[in-house]
Amino acid sequence: MSDELIWRIAGGSGDGIDSTSQNFAKALMRSGLDVFTHRHYPSRIRGGHTYVEIRAADREVQSRGDGYNFLLSLGDSFARNPQEEAYYGNEEIKPLSENLDELREGGIIVYDEGLISEEDVEAVNLHERAEENDWHVFPVDLRGLAKEHGREVMRNTAGVGVTAALLDMELEHIEDLMSDAMGGDILEANLEILHEAYEMTREEHDFEHDLRVPEGSHETEQALLSGSNAIAYGAIDAGCRFIAGYPMTPWTDVFTILSQNFPDMGGVSEQVEDEIAAAALAVGASHAGVKAMSGSSGGGFALMSEPLGLAEMTETPLVLVESMRAGPSTGMPTKPEQADLEHVLYTSQGDSQRVVFAPGNIEEAYEQTRLAFEIAWDYQIPAIVIYDQKLSGENTNVDVEFFDRDPQPDLGSTLTEEELREAAHDNSGKFKRFNHEDAENGVSPRSIPGQKGGRYLATGNEHSPVGHIEEDPDNRVAQMERRLEKLESIRAELDEERDSTQTYYGPEDADYGIITWGSTQGAVAEAIERLNAQGHSVKGISVSDMMPFAEKEVTEFLESVDEAMVVEMNATAQFRGLIQKELGRFGDKMTSLLKFNGNPFEPAEIVEGYEVNLADEDRQPTAQVRIEPAAGD
Amino acid sequence: MSAFNAIGEEREIDRDEYTPGVEPQPTWCPGCGDFGVLKSLKQALPEVGKTPEEVLTVTGIGCSGKLNSYLDTYGFHTIHGRSLPVARAAKLANPELEVIAAGGDGDGYGIGGNHFIHTARENHDITYIVFNNEIFGLTKGQTSPTSPKGHKSKTQPSGSAKTPLRPLSLSLTAGASYVARTAAVNPNQAKEIIAEAIEHDGFAHVDFLTQCPTWNKDARQYVPYIDVQESDDYDFDIHDRAEAAEMMRETEDVLNEGTVLTGRYYVEDDRPSYSQEKHAVGEMPDQPLAERYFDDDAEWERSYDLLERHT
Ligand SMILES: Cc1ncc(C[n+]2csc(CCOP(=O)(O)OP(=O)(O)O)c2C)c(N)n1
Ligand code: SF4
Repeated sequence: MSDELIWRIAGGSGDGIDSTSQNFAKALMRSGLDVFTHRHYPSRIRGGHTYVEIRAADREVQSRGDGYNFLLSLGDSFARNPQEEAYYGNEEIKPLSENLDELREGGIIVYDEGLISEEDVEAVNLHERAEENDWHVFPVDLRGLAKEHGREVMRNTAGVGVTAALLDMELEHIEDLMSDAMGGDILEANLEILHEAYEMTREEHDFEHDLRVPEGSHETEQALLSGSNAIAYGAIDAGCRFIAGYPMTPWTDVFTILSQNFPDMGGVSEQVEDEIAAAALAVGASHAGVKAMSGSSGGGFALMSEPLGLAEMTETPLVLVESMRAGPSTGMPTKPEQADLEHVLYTSQGDSQRVVFAPGNIEEAYEQTRLAFEIAWDYQIPAIVIYDQKLSGENTNVDVEFFDRDPQPDLGSTLTEEELREAAHDNSGKFKRFNHEDAENGVSPRSIPGQKGGRYLATGNEHSPVGHIEEDPDNRVAQMERRLEKLESIRAELDEERDSTQTYYGPEDADYGIITWGSTQGAVAEAIERLNAQGHSVKGISVSDMMPFAEKEVTEFLESVDEAMVVEMNATAQFRGLIQKELGRFGDKMTSLLKFNGNPFEPAEIVEGYEVNLADEDRQPTAQVRIEPAAGD
Repeated sequence: MSAFNAIGEEREIDRDEYTPGVEPQPTWCPGCGDFGVLKSLKQALPEVGKTPEEVLTVTGIGCSGKLNSYLDTYGFHTIHGRSLPVARAAKLANPELEVIAAGGDGDGYGIGGNHFIHTARENHDITYIVFNNEIFGLTKGQTSPTSPKGHKSKTQPSGSAKTPLRPLSLSLTAGASYVARTAAVNPNQAKEIIAEAIEHDGFAHVDFLTQCPTWNKDARQYVPYIDVQESDDYDFDIHDRAEAAEMMRETEDVLNEGTVLTGRYYVEDDRPSYSQEKHAVGEMPDQPLAERYFDDDAEWERSYDLLERHT
């Protein structure tokens, strides 16, 4: 019996695959299992083959795993639109045929007889392949069943009923979730379909397959959250109440979540004309005394380069989030990549500095977004949270208690009017807002427009302590040095006063190291587990602090291993380049394992990359990943 | 009580309060029209009863952008073309602030053109003063969006092939609820128009003709102007869109021929400002957002209040 279920539901996009899978994942979570969802979708709105995968087990699941063991293939209803036939061709069969390669031995296939004919099935050699792979195939007329009791779209529900029966699952959680989501006749119809599909399957089919739903055992309540939810909620708890944006996949999710929740919590959301405006609005709101944020994906972030620099020079606190997708340019809008790292670290003119965090999982996304706000407002510096399409869309369960903490609406290094009275002013009564004389950690406290005694000029030009444009060399050096000091102070605070934002895996005394960042973390963690189980000696570090860089921790890690492999989703080894730049050594110790085909790493690919690298052969791993050998310093 | 004491303070305001002591002295060229804008603002602000601390002036980049360096209010000298988005957000964050944005014709109609259209469309309650000298001043005399056709400059040596932009008509079409044109050479009218623009609840666009004696010697801003409100030759209803549009077209046509018409062109008093509209649909809080951070009793909703839908 398998210790995990990886259920894939496939169909046309726009066919309700998303909501069905979301509910099914929640039902599994409510039965006590840990879950992880992965969504694959093409860059089009309706039609086109799409799938969602849910991995569930009675242990932490951090990646989608390798392949899957249950396919619910619904057929693409949109492919049957007669007017569109010419375009869609044989899309109907795709939810079945396109998914077979990754189905594990002994796996289950349920397909919709009502949509996919026996001829179609023969055309893709399903029976032959099933025999070879020991697959158990269950054709069910899901469409017919749904039509009989309600409407055709409810065939998703029928599919869930069949799934539950085959896996020997209680229907209770599924029913509850349905009652939460709908009511009246629609609920009635769905429940009928669910039960009939369930009973029918139990009566008509034998249960020779080994797959069942594993037994789960959560002790505390869980919540199913995506990375976008985690970032949005991190912002809310940090006291963020202003967001400005322009839609761009995948950042749109964060923008949407905050726009939907802000009206109820007294926040303001603005959809504006472009990303330059979006970031400039966030700067304006922050200047006027609100915790504000903006964000985008690569192309939109490129436009934000200007306001980002403005925030830095005027020392206006700001949080931007950047959700990476495959580039360059418009690239692949619905595919993840980790190739905007250098873009985010170095964009904008001058000796520009900002804080950059790269969370690797849902909890980190929440915590590091909060941290980004805290640091941005304490140090009056822009902070960026960089993540990707994968983390943005994947859902995992989080212990509800993890969130039980105070919100932080405090504006950091901002003075009250009483404090302003004591502060330094020039002889015309202007507040020395950019005072470099006794600034602590590089921070000169600020005032908010409208406060008495706080008048000053904020400017993107170099400026004097009260904010007048000033090109005097001594002032320039003093101001630059003060601003530069911030990053060092932040590094010191992160090292000394806070829990590490880096995450470690495997035995401390291992000989071999794997280094990664961002959403690749989960697959790396699982690969390390497998390698150690096979008798290798491997440990890992997932780095979140990109700027200021986690210098101490990465140095210690690299010093402690004989060799290391840096795993990241891009073609030019950007993160490895950052390590070499920041630490100035270790180039000859690090090999890169790279993937940039639009799909995230799977654990087996990392295991294979490790093996190929260790064997020191002149070959590449078989999958679409690439090894780039150590560089030498 | 407001978290910002300086807001809503009632007292006699001395013009000198807007002048920041001895420094810095304006670095504009002698005879520059920008002095005129500075002067009219300094006159208008006390007149509308605004203290320096309740005013935020937001400028772009250019000679014009230096306006708030010489004005003793809260100020934000932003980047080229971006004064409006910064100003809009400051007003949304704290509606009690008096927000005045300013910049040049290159800054506002060129690089910031997109923001101009959308700010007008949304009718944000801010005042926008564009120093229209029909040239790029700070970068030394290149053609601007309002330079006349045929205008020769170092970057368009054979004379510009482009028809100049029509700022008044553009902002009316885009949705501004107050549109006027004035000129540095007419300080009284300029002061009155700016005071009106500040008091107007909505997007008030003032196209301010400013001469640039250094780079645009033959600009028409030097010639005598006609005030359309004062002259019997021009009779139109400033509350009527169609009449205003017609008058603006004429104004913009004759400018090319050397006649300068100034005055109020369009005033729409009853149109709600953007934050009122936003409030009406439930997307704008009652209390100024910025104030909450200083309010110890403010209730802060938390994300885990939202978690239920995920369990
Ligand atoms: C992004 C960007 N592009 C170009 C410039 C250079 N620049 C500074 S001022 C200016 C033109 C200013 O012209 P205008 O807005 O008409 O103002 P004026 O100087 O005439 O008052 C330009 C192009 C800049 N600072 N930033
Ligand atoms: S260059 Fe022209 S606009 Fe600029 S200060 Fe001189 S006269 Fe004024």
